[in-house]
Amino acid sequence: MARIVKYVFLDILRTRFILLYTAFLLISTIALFQLDSDSSKVVMSLLNIVLMVVPLISIVFATIHFYNSYEFIELMLAQPVKRNVIFISEYAAVAVSLCVAFVVGVGIPMLVYGAGASGVTLLFCGIVLTLVFTSLAFLASVVTRDKAKAIGIALLFWFYFSLIYDGLLLWIVYTFSDYPLEKITLSLVALNPVDLARIIMLLQLDISALMGYTGAFYKDFLGSNLGAIASAGILLVWIAAPLAWAQRIFSKKDL
Amino acid sequence: MLIQRYSLISLAWCFITLGSYGHTIVVDRSGKNKSIKRAIASAQPGDTIRIKPGNYREGNIVLEKSLVILGENYPVLDGDHKFEILTIHAHHVTIQGLAFINTGVASINDLAAIKVLDSKHLYIRNNRLENTFFGIHLSNSSQVWIENNELHSDVKTEHQIGNGIHLWKCNHITINSNKVRGHRDGIYFEFVTNTLITGNRSEGNMRYGLHFMFSHNNEYRDNHFVNNGAGVAVMYTAGVKMINNTFEHNWGSSSYGMLLKDIRDSYVKGNVFIQNSVGIFMEGSSRIEFTENTFSKNGYAVKLQASCDGNNFTRNNFSANTFDIATNGSLVLNKVNGNYWDKYEGYDLNRDHVGDVPYRPVSMYAMIVEETPTAVLLWRSFLVFLLDRAEKAIPAITPENLKDDSPSMKPYDFN
Repeated sequence: MARIVKYVFLDILRTRFILLYTAFLLISTIALFQLDSDSSKVVMSLLNIVLMVVPLISIVFATIHFYNSYEFIELMLAQPVKRNVIFISEYAAVAVSLCVAFVVGVGIPMLVYGAGASGVTLLFCGIVLTLVFTSLAFLASVVTRDKAKAIGIALLFWFYFSLIYDGLLLWIVYTFSDYPLEKITLSLVALNPVDLARIIMLLQLDISALMGYTGAFYKDFLGSNLGAIASAGILLVWIAAPLAWAQRIFSKKDL
Repeated sequence: MLIQRYSLISLAWCFITLGSYGHTIVVDRSGKNKSIKRAIASAQPGDTIRIKPGNYREGNIVLEKSLVILGENYPVLDGDHKFEILTIHAHHVTIQGLAFINTGVASINDLAAIKVLDSKHLYIRNNRLENTFFGIHLSNSSQVWIENNELHSDVKTEHQIGNGIHLWKCNHITINSNKVRGHRDGIYFEFVTNTLITGNRSEGNMRYGLHFMFSHNNEYRDNHFVNNGAGVAVMYTAGVKMINNTFEHNWGSSSYGMLLKDIRDSYVKGNVFIQNSVGIFMEGSSRIEFTENTFSKNGYAVKLQASCDGNNFTRNNFSANTFDIATNGSLVLNKVNGNYWDKYEGYDLNRDHVGDVPYRPVSMYAMIVEETPTAVLLWRSFLVFLLDRAEKAIPAITPENLKDDSPSMKPYDFN
């Protein structure tokens, strides 16, 4: 397994995309720190990158990479290696390289300029979203043989989680505004990793004082030990579930 | 000659009367007079009592004569956590240079370090108050100067602490350059009229930095209200003048830089609102002029409820606020004109420093949150960003009339 991971990793490095991605994150983070001396504001701006750009890059890159290494996968399958091992190795290599790119690109400037506890939460959210969207990318890749179709599905995932789902949520909140919705929305938020990451992040910043009663309710829950464990657990499910499903399909698939 | 002799006699008479007026009694722990109470009892109206440094534990001192009481090097009057320290019920009194510590705490009586009842023409100057329940408490009094006092308390819960400077049913008071820290309300007025409040600093109080009701025609200048539990709240009053005050860092889910409820015919000029969760919250307020104020780094700069009418916002600077203005209805009876908005994206073709297209300070998302508070959970999401953009182009939910028709292209310089 380690050897496969190594080869995939070298392959990823050769395309140089991941280096570009690291450079992009590094430059934009440094630029934000240069523009604004208030580190909590910088974290706020970085939040937009983490919520929009990181999932998009992760899902598109992982999907394209999967199709580009199709021949390699086929070659590996001809060897006496288990399908699961190949699949997990592929995932590990892609996910780790994306995570490293993110941590280097965002984390190093943070270390230099100093961002405190909210910065750590931001890194955590970014890593988790990278893992979740890489899982979703692998799911999109295995459900179809067609590369264009798979990228379409991947983009649809991204679109759904960052836009369509929020639209539905807004509609529900608007329609049932006469009812106490806090508990229901809290569980609905858990069904979208992007929303969950965003809210965990917002509650970290002192700007959460503007969120009124709803914010206080969320803070009360997510700030407690139980809430922290629950939200971490949910995010873990968001990483594991699509990956497990994709692996099931992959292990039975006629390539 | 005759006139000269008369003037000499009258001059001599003046000296004689002056001599008979105003003895000075010295109170000293190690001297002849050890007790302030006995010194007061033996004094004639118009006398001066000089208190040497030391610790005086005399329970409640009642002053019913017109005396001048001067402390040298802050003699300490200790209330032993039981008593009200000084109760004044006399006209023409001066209290200066004393330190008051440890009043009693009571839930029925408002025990204070200095309590003034039904009195006129008082000076309360340069005193230090430490760990007092109420600090300076005036009722039914007038023509009082309260100046350069420092009030500080360290209690953790609200019911164990009273107000710093507390006035009830007073008029013509001057409150100048005092510092109040750690009380329930820093400065509290009820039925106080024609009063001047200048250069005070009210910081870190549990509830409000300044709190008044039914207190008409007062003027507030150059005061600092910093980091108070709920900011400043003023209610049911007409003729308020707020000039050059600073409202800073009143941050929390129910904290306001300044909360205006039922305020009428008032004038708010040159104030600075920085880092408040809500800069100004207005409800049921009418005919207030807001001009040359600076709103910076607030959550909401102004929350203007639809129950307000006839208010004017002109020549104010709005910068780096999360939301500039929020409102809760489509009815708009207020004018917003000629302000500077850092979020303005219009252009100025004729270079007259006035933007050519109107600015709409109300964001759609702020409207939605005002209507359904639960929607706040979508804050900072991509969807909200897109909706806000769309709304700016074609207003549908935000009030059509709440707009600045002549926004300034550059921030005003008020210095």
